Amino acid sequence: MGGTGLSKVRVLVGTRKGAFVLESDAKREKWDVGGPFFTGWEIYHVKGSPLDPNRLYASQSSGWFGQLIQRSDDGGKTWQPMGNEFAYDGVPGTHQWYDGTPRPWEFKRVWPLEPSLTEPDTVYAGVEDAALFRSSDGAATWHEISGLRKHGSGPSWQPGAGGMCLHTIIQHPTDAARMFVAISAAGAFRTDDGGTTWLPINRGLKSEQIPDPNAEVGHCVHNLAMHPSRPDVLFMQKHWDVMRSDDAGDNWREISGNLPTDFGFPIDVHAHEPETIYVVPIKSDMEHIPPDGKLRVYRSRTGGNEWEALTKGLPQRACYINVLRDAMAVDALDSCGVYFGTTGGQVYASSDAGDSWAPIVRDLPAVLSVEVQTLA
Amino acid sequence: MIRVVLPGHLRALARVGGEVEVTVEGAPTQRAVLDALEATYPVLRGTIRDHVTLKRRPFVRFFACRQDLSHEPPDAPLPADVASGAEPYMVIGAMAGG
Repeated sequence: MGGTGLSKVRVLVGTRKGAFVLESDAKREKWDVGGPFFTGWEIYHVKGSPLDPNRLYASQSSGWFGQLIQRSDDGGKTWQPMGNEFAYDGVPGTHQWYDGTPRPWEFKRVWPLEPSLTEPDTVYAGVEDAALFRSSDGAATWHEISGLRKHGSGPSWQPGAGGMCLHTIIQHPTDAARMFVAISAAGAFRTDDGGTTWLPINRGLKSEQIPDPNAEVGHCVHNLAMHPSRPDVLFMQKHWDVMRSDDAGDNWREISGNLPTDFGFPIDVHAHEPETIYVVPIKSDMEHIPPDGKLRVYRSRTGGNEWEALTKGLPQRACYINVLRDAMAVDALDSCGVYFGTTGGQVYASSDAGDSWAPIVRDLPAVLSVEVQTLA
Repeated sequence: MIRVVLPGHLRALARVGGEVEVTVEGAPTQRAVLDALEATYPVLRGTIRDHVTLKRRPFVRFFACRQDLSHEPPDAPLPADVASGAEPYMVIGAMAGG
């Protein structure tokens, strides 16, 4: 999509206390801030359909009143509550609790919503406790794709600190039968048959926090990313370690290289350069703050290992926020825009692929997710 | 006619302004009132009680006549003043829930 005056960018922001819709023309200099929508509710994710950019879905939840799903058919101006019943298929059985005891699977909330690349009314939902659901009627009703949860390793899955969530869903751009998901703290999985069966794809991951560091499952994968032109190349931000696979997840190798720390949450790929990737290093698993109080995005133009700090326009002193796993996205304009939101309520944007940054907004509630739509 | 007071988030969700009224057959119980409420406002399903078990969500409370009815059996009769419409049945977001 070109960087002409006819293009527009819409940034969909989910926060601890509502959703916001930020819009700009292709210059990405002046922004309109829409919202808050669903004020007071946690919005884990807002995402638009690639087939109809005015069709948006939002995951809305609260500690009081549970889970709602909202749908907009006019680009976020108005919203309609949709189906909110997420019933596991059959008797769900148990997984491991933090203390190692068996605990019954129990629905808690929806994390990501991923509209289908091919079916206008189909949308996928990743939920906590970890499972994958699909709606074929625009989010009115939901049905579990239970082959994933019923993978033989399911009873051994354990929650990460944020809960046992299925937080990442990636659809193959041309093969509708292939899909990737990631679960904290079980790992990454792939289906090649439309969801009937699933394969753990964690070979090469090494996690010192589990009894067998090379186990088939049990890894705390934080985020996955893929460029649609190279669907066999996957990038991963793990609890610790930034990883890469060149064979659709069959094997992984570490690409942390010269990062100051390889702990972090989001990872994303440049819209036009499949070997250019972005991470936000965080000090450690027990200190979720930027190293040295400096907020730095790191970019690799070599598909990993060689990283450069991107600091222009970002706070370089006394910055102690975090950037969560779903809170980074890119636009598709000629000069690729990169966006991320922070737990301090800032949404930063770069219109030059990360060379320089400026805040779109500074004082939102803590940002949980950022998605971007590039509109004609 | 049973008067029901909803918390602000649920009033917004159901698109109602103040109290709502529901009709139940026979002696009203908490279960009958909540069933009638969800039948009138289907968007509230799952927000007060679990979809499947119909158990009260942990951070929702039920008050009436200055009593906490949250732990009462769902099929126990509601106070006479609620049944007569003199007092509302109140659905409350617990102080701990946010």
